[in-house]
Amino acid sequence: MAATLEIRDLHVAVEDTKILKGVDLMVGQGEIHALMGPNGTGKSTLAYALMGHPKYDVTQGQMLFNGRDLEDLEPDERARLGLFLAFQYPVAIPGVSLANFLRSAINARLRADNPDEKGISIPKFRKMLKEKMDLLQMPHEFAGRYLNEGFSGGEKKRAEILQMAVLEPEIAVLDETDSGLDIDALRIVASGVDALAGPELGVLIITHYQRILNYIKPDHVHIMLDGRIVESGGADLAEHLEEHGYDWIRERHNGSVVE
Amino acid sequence: MSTSTIIRRKHKVRPTVAPEFPFTEADVISVSKRLEEPTWLAERRWDAWQAYRSMPMPNLKDEPWRRTDIRNLPADELVLKPAEDISVDPELLKPLTNDPHGWLLVLRPGFPSIVEGGQELAENSVIAVDWATAVREHDDLLKAHLGAIVPDEEGKFSALAATMSEHGVLLYVPPGVEVKQPLHSIFWAPGSQAAYFSRVLLIVGEGASVTYMHETASPTAPSGQSAHAGIVEIGVGDGASLTFIEVQSLGQHVWNFTHERAHVGRDARLDWIYGGVGSHLTKNFSEINLLGEGAESRMSAFYFADGVQHLDHDTQQNHSAPRTTSDLLFKGALLDRSRSVWQGMIYVAPGAQQTDGYQANRNLILSKQARADSIPGLEILADDVRCTHGATVGQLEDEPIFYLMSRGLPRREAERMVIDGFFTPIMERIPFESVRDRFQRMIDKKLAKM
Repeated sequence: MAATLEIRDLHVAVEDTKILKGVDLMVGQGEIHALMGPNGTGKSTLAYALMGHPKYDVTQGQMLFNGRDLEDLEPDERARLGLFLAFQYPVAIPGVSLANFLRSAINARLRADNPDEKGISIPKFRKMLKEKMDLLQMPHEFAGRYLNEGFSGGEKKRAEILQMAVLEPEIAVLDETDSGLDIDALRIVASGVDALAGPELGVLIITHYQRILNYIKPDHVHIMLDGRIVESGGADLAEHLEEHGYDWIRERHNGSVVE
Repeated sequence: MSTSTIIRRKHKVRPTVAPEFPFTEADVISVSKRLEEPTWLAERRWDAWQAYRSMPMPNLKDEPWRRTDIRNLPADELVLKPAEDISVDPELLKPLTNDPHGWLLVLRPGFPSIVEGGQELAENSVIAVDWATAVREHDDLLKAHLGAIVPDEEGKFSALAATMSEHGVLLYVPPGVEVKQPLHSIFWAPGSQAAYFSRVLLIVGEGASVTYMHETASPTAPSGQSAHAGIVEIGVGDGASLTFIEVQSLGQHVWNFTHERAHVGRDARLDWIYGGVGSHLTKNFSEINLLGEGAESRMSAFYFADGVQHLDHDTQQNHSAPRTTSDLLFKGALLDRSRSVWQGMIYVAPGAQQTDGYQANRNLILSKQARADSIPGLEILADDVRCTHGATVGQLEDEPIFYLMSRGLPRREAERMVIDGFFTPIMERIPFESVRDRFQRMIDKKLAKM
């Protein structure tokens, strides 16, 4: 059965400030969804809440992964179910190499399934990592660098997509993966995502701009305003936004916008 | 009206200073006798004893001891006796390299030393011997170097170690000799209600090079307390190179006091690596004197405390000559109610121009009750120098942990990964995989207590 991420009437608060005010969304494996909207409407909050960041309180509603309620699960448990978040601002972890970290992440998954698991062999891991790095046009020495430390904006985003490629999630949330990238970096990152997309992967692309959608064609586009999804449609909705901006949305949903 | 009960509190009288050790003149004489010391050495011991007797026990009013309270050191209960007959932790005996031609010396108070290997040393006239052999056969070397780097009377505990030490090591590498295999000595002193003493004297001749590892270790005793006082003297001759790896893994019942100093000559290089995980309390003075122009030193240390351990490292980098370079990095993690103190000083003498001094101390506090004091200092009396320092005390941050967990690592594994990463800069400075692995296991053992 294809995996699904189902969000029902989700309300989320950060330090008692209500950010999400009833989000409904369903993302299936093999589908590409784009979640768009002006800054500060709650798009990233949705991403963090899905992954289980401790600062984000779910006050109402549900997040279901293959029918399983995520709320009581730790972030690592959610990850091992097959959920992935590509961070907008990945943190640096000094002294931990990308390769070492990814191998540990794979082994954590294997051990969760079977506590006696010895873990992936180093040659097998290296071979797999190289293949994925080639896919994302990343030089192999990248694997030895400390996670996100001293990475350029483009390198950080590519490293996020590399992690997605290695961990092979069923549903991936890409939080502003296109932000801060020049056009070449954007093209590489987007083509990487495009290469990974397929029947095994459902993607929720969170973005402010339409430009990444020139490279990755979404099946569904949703527009978020003030903590709610106010419009949903096909790829043409994103094109419409590109042409007309967000003002018409604001006007149409004036009642719910507090500036 | 209710009747009030008068509660009389029994005040435990806390001494203002620690008691003195119970040793006597007869003890000093018997050490000299057992080693069959020549008169000059016996006299040196006697002078050290007088120095020890003339100095009060350090207390909180003494600047270097302000943050390290030894009032509860039960010195008066600690006696001179052989170490307990517990075999050396096999972990310590693992060879440093795969090559079987290394040299290993195991020192155990009250037991004959164990020596393994050393073929290469004899062929090159390198002298690497225990203290009894040094006294018997290398009187000239002792006369030339003993106490020349750390004066016996430098402190209460150096004077005591100079008075009582019967065990130790002398290394002499003749000029120009390159010792290929790393040398390894272990001071193994299991026991409780006892006091143990050690001396290390490493002299690396002009243009010579060697890697030396010295360990001070014991298992934690089930009851009672102990003390260890030691002196480490290091001379790195002009153009010579020494990599000195030092590991302290004493039992958590041991009060540990050491005075250590290195003299580094012209264009010589000292690479000092230190790992400290043991003892109940440690007060360690480590000093590097860059005496010759172009001398270079690097000191890379890690400490990891748990329980009620108190680890105090007092470091000094003295630039006495122009164009000298020093680089010091101390990284520590603290669990439970443990405490660390690092107090570092870079001193640049007048005329020591174009020197480059660096010191940094980073602490990772892993418990609300743990505490780290970090006190960097600079004293610069030359005008064309570059000296920088940094000191930080931090905790595990939420964001890196969340990030790692979001990839499927359980919280504990994520925390361990961040802590391992914290120590990586020290690990990267260790030249041998076996020593890196050893340090890693020392860290893992502490992390298992988290």
